[in-house]
Amino acid sequence: MSVRPRFDPNRAARHRRARIGMVVFQLATLVGIVVLMALLYNIINNAFGLAAIEYRIYPATLGLDLETLPQTPRERLLEILETHLSPGLRRSLERTRPLTQRSNEELAALVLERVLQPKVLDTWPLVPSLLHTQDIVAEVHARFPQAEVRWVRWLNTRFLTRPQSSAPLRAGVRTAILGSLWLVVITAATALPLGVAAAIYLEEYARKDRWYNRLIQVNINNLAGVPSIIYGILGLAIFVRALEPLTSGAVFGAVAEGVTANGRTVLSGGLTLGLLVLPIVIINAQEALRAVPNSLREAAYALGATKWQVVWHHVLPEALPGIMTGTILALSRALGETAPLVVVGASTFITFDPVHPFSKFTALPIQIYQWTARPQPVFRNLAAAASLTLLLLLFLSNGIAVYIRHRARQRRLV
Amino acid sequence: MTETPAVELRNLNVYYGSFQAVRDVTLAFPKHKVTAIIGPSGCGKSTVLRSINRMNDLIPNARIEGEVIFEGKNIYDPDVDPVEVRRRIGMVFQKPNPFPKSIYENVAWGVRINGFRGTKSQLDDIVEEALRAAALWDEVKDKLHQNALALSGGQQQRLCIARAIAVKPDIILMDEPASALDPIATLRIEDLMRDLVQNYTIIVVTHNMQQAARVSDYTAFFSTDESRTGFLVEFGPTAQIFTNPKDPRTEAYITGRFG
Amino acid sequence: MAQTLSSVDLRGRPRRREGLIQVLLLASGLLSILVTLGIVYELVKGAMGFFTRPLWEDTNKPLAADVAPSDTVLPVRPEGAAIPEGAIIRVDEEIMRVQRAEETALQVERGLRGTQPAAHPAGVDIFLEDRVSLWEFFTGTRWIPQAGEFGILPLVNATFIVSAIAMLVALPLGLAIAIYLSEYASPRVNNVLKPLLEILAGVPTVVYGYFALTFVTPLLRRLLGPDVVDIYNMASAGIVVGILVTPLVASMSEDALRAVPRSLREAAYALGATKLETALQVVVPAAFSGLAAAFIVAVSRAIGETMIVALAAGAGPNFTFNPFEAAETMTGHIVRISGGDLSYDSIDYNSIFAIGLVLFLITLVLNTLSQRIVARFREVYE
Repeated sequence: MSVRPRFDPNRAARHRRARIGMVVFQLATLVGIVVLMALLYNIINNAFGLAAIEYRIYPATLGLDLETLPQTPRERLLEILETHLSPGLRRSLERTRPLTQRSNEELAALVLERVLQPKVLDTWPLVPSLLHTQDIVAEVHARFPQAEVRWVRWLNTRFLTRPQSSAPLRAGVRTAILGSLWLVVITAATALPLGVAAAIYLEEYARKDRWYNRLIQVNINNLAGVPSIIYGILGLAIFVRALEPLTSGAVFGAVAEGVTANGRTVLSGGLTLGLLVLPIVIINAQEALRAVPNSLREAAYALGATKWQVVWHHVLPEALPGIMTGTILALSRALGETAPLVVVGASTFITFDPVHPFSKFTALPIQIYQWTARPQPVFRNLAAAASLTLLLLLFLSNGIAVYIRHRARQRRLV
Repeated sequence: MTETPAVELRNLNVYYGSFQAVRDVTLAFPKHKVTAIIGPSGCGKSTVLRSINRMNDLIPNARIEGEVIFEGKNIYDPDVDPVEVRRRIGMVFQKPNPFPKSIYENVAWGVRINGFRGTKSQLDDIVEEALRAAALWDEVKDKLHQNALALSGGQQQRLCIARAIAVKPDIILMDEPASALDPIATLRIEDLMRDLVQNYTIIVVTHNMQQAARVSDYTAFFSTDESRTGFLVEFGPTAQIFTNPKDPRTEAYITGRFG
Repeated sequence: MAQTLSSVDLRGRPRRREGLIQVLLLASGLLSILVTLGIVYELVKGAMGFFTRPLWEDTNKPLAADVAPSDTVLPVRPEGAAIPEGAIIRVDEEIMRVQRAEETALQVERGLRGTQPAAHPAGVDIFLEDRVSLWEFFTGTRWIPQAGEFGILPLVNATFIVSAIAMLVALPLGLAIAIYLSEYASPRVNNVLKPLLEILAGVPTVVYGYFALTFVTPLLRRLLGPDVVDIYNMASAGIVVGILVTPLVASMSEDALRAVPRSLREAAYALGATKLETALQVVVPAAFSGLAAAFIVAVSRAIGETMIVALAAGAGPNFTFNPFEAAETMTGHIVRISGGDLSYDSIDYNSIFAIGLVLFLITLVLNTLSQRIVARFREVYE
């Protein structure tokens, strides 16, 4: 009765297929890593490199060294300004504040801006700059006989500490970094308490068999999937327009003229991002609360504690590291968000720092977007430097999150 | 035992990391017989069973010393292909684990991946034969293309047996195959084992001594030492183990004074 | 002590503080419902504004003679577009309804909608009221606000092409990575790879946009030729959106694969299956619904992705199926329109809401679908 199946003895082919399969899966993973490397390479490559720069007056002709410009003797700087500035300009500068009362740094900046007037003609990425230095120098001499070839670190301390400027060599991200920090603080201040409260309600209080509690949960999951630009539209309609008296600071009285931007303030931006990360904060906090063992709750109840005492004294402290980690990760998301801020109306060009919640603002991602979208290639270098700054900030905040998680785990083990 | 054994363990030691799970087992399983492996929980019954078809390879940091001789060859020799070992030595698990596919596909899949060359109707025949051999055909012949997860637990387990015998193994390992089933389904599985032993060698791990006494021809009794390492105490014909054990530890266990 | 014990009172006391706290917590939970309602309300309100806002179309038909405030018949020239009876027209600031139309005269009801009848000089053009109809919105193949043409198809088309390219990248790559992580990689390798994937997932989208424009686009142009590939193109944006969602696909798929019980893998190995056969023919089919959910969420993310397309796909609606051409997506259009100095009282402002509503509904359907599938998948294995 037995049907004897005929088996193909060629197991070698099956094993070969299995090996090829594994190689394919490994390669796919490798592709992921390579892409990450390419991304970092591309940014670093553009954040440093050679540049062809033209000056109105070349520093060498004045015996100046650009690297040590502020260390140049004070008399020499004043003398240069004396001889090379037009009388009209000098008068208006003197009227603002006498040159002799200005610091060496300020004088050096004036010399650079008004006398030397460097102009970037072309730039080269890091790798070709290193590999083909001679060719680039030759090319520059052929194309721009006047120009000087110089190494430029587009990401440097001046870049981090100077405000926005339309001259690429003087542009910085100080206002953008401060704007981003304001945004993160406002986002955290709204999303953290509201998110944790909602998570406590859902995990500790809500009866899962009630339709409204299920509705809240489903709704939160859905909100987490809403595209960020939709939050931008919501922020525009609610915070910028409907609540303008509040978000512009008008109801709080005097706000310096020229600093306000109707409702397009850092407060509106932060509140918008707060709503954006709220579902993420809730979901992460719920997970942290769920990880608290039930035996802890029961032990506290058995001593006659009320529900809130159990939550406040036992559950919440135990879940805190998890909640913090989840919140920091959510805030990292807010730090990198761009689209909703564009819609809410972040300013693209401001040179003054945000000083209160009702200030106009810009943010690092907005700067990157603006510089990338400009047609002149030199702004791509600035975008790369700003991207690197943003990535370092994110790396830092994620590092803090990982550290908190790590420390909490260790404490539990001891 | 004049015949060569179906499979033979020689000085088998199994480690999980630094923990020794089983020590120094030497044991020959007779062909076309049911051999039961019994013993207290944690004595390494399943570990021994899983080392017979190299399922322990799938557990990270599991390590094996000694030999498992099958068809005159140590299956742990470097030139042996574990895939072929498992084709020749099938296994049925504690909890029924049908694939979430149709009943037909569950049985046909193993045949197909093992390089079956034949027509659709030949495959149909193989599936039918395996399901008949597993005493399941009459219950499922009208719903071969329904999902196997819709079957009852007992039916699922018989399907897993059909799946195992469809690839024509020489030996079927069964790891407490009835422990998740109700008494009636258990009896059907036991009857099935007696039927299958005409064509196959069966090695069954069980924690149920009545079951061992009912279905097996031979019994191996394992126990643990103070460091929780399992070892073989006694092996012999089932009748002898249960009526006239040689080792006092065996006697203590089967009379219920220990374990 | 003895006294307190003897006076034990087990009757319930009202705990006002506890009650208050519970109400506050519930309110926080309800806030999320409020956010959803807010989104729906604002999008619908803005979209209604878009569809009811009158657009004045120049008929190029001028008045043939001066008109006094009391006249009810407007003498008009025969040239220009025809004006149907019952239409609303505007002359200068004044709005009127046409009661009877002849070739050289219009009988009108004057001073509608709060405007006052006024004198109008000869030669002034008559404007005809038009509205964006739902039909035009959903079937029109041109989006040219200046010309009063609002067909969303070019934007939807570009969105779908970019998303399709993204999925062509993310599905095979994400699934292969997930299979590698769940079936092959040792825990040690996993501990290295997963943080790397998390980094990839944490890179801000604007940085990906920069990457698309300054790395992928030049690469495509070098590979396929600058004549074939435009500087702004959907392919580059699509590839990078695919890279962006790959970690998401990989991690959700990995969860789905890991949820497949070990016993199924063991059953396959016990039948003599190789690792590849087990992975592809047993584990992947068993995890199918979980994988499907991951793919759907990824599609939804790709459709909603903004900065990459805003930077790399091009600025300007373009109804084309050529992935190497520039075309603006729904999100790209919203961000470009709102990036400029947007007047709140303009059709552009309202159009953001109409597009946003379409975008919201598409992603809502996809996300709901995915959650349904995940819930059912859990039932199978838990």
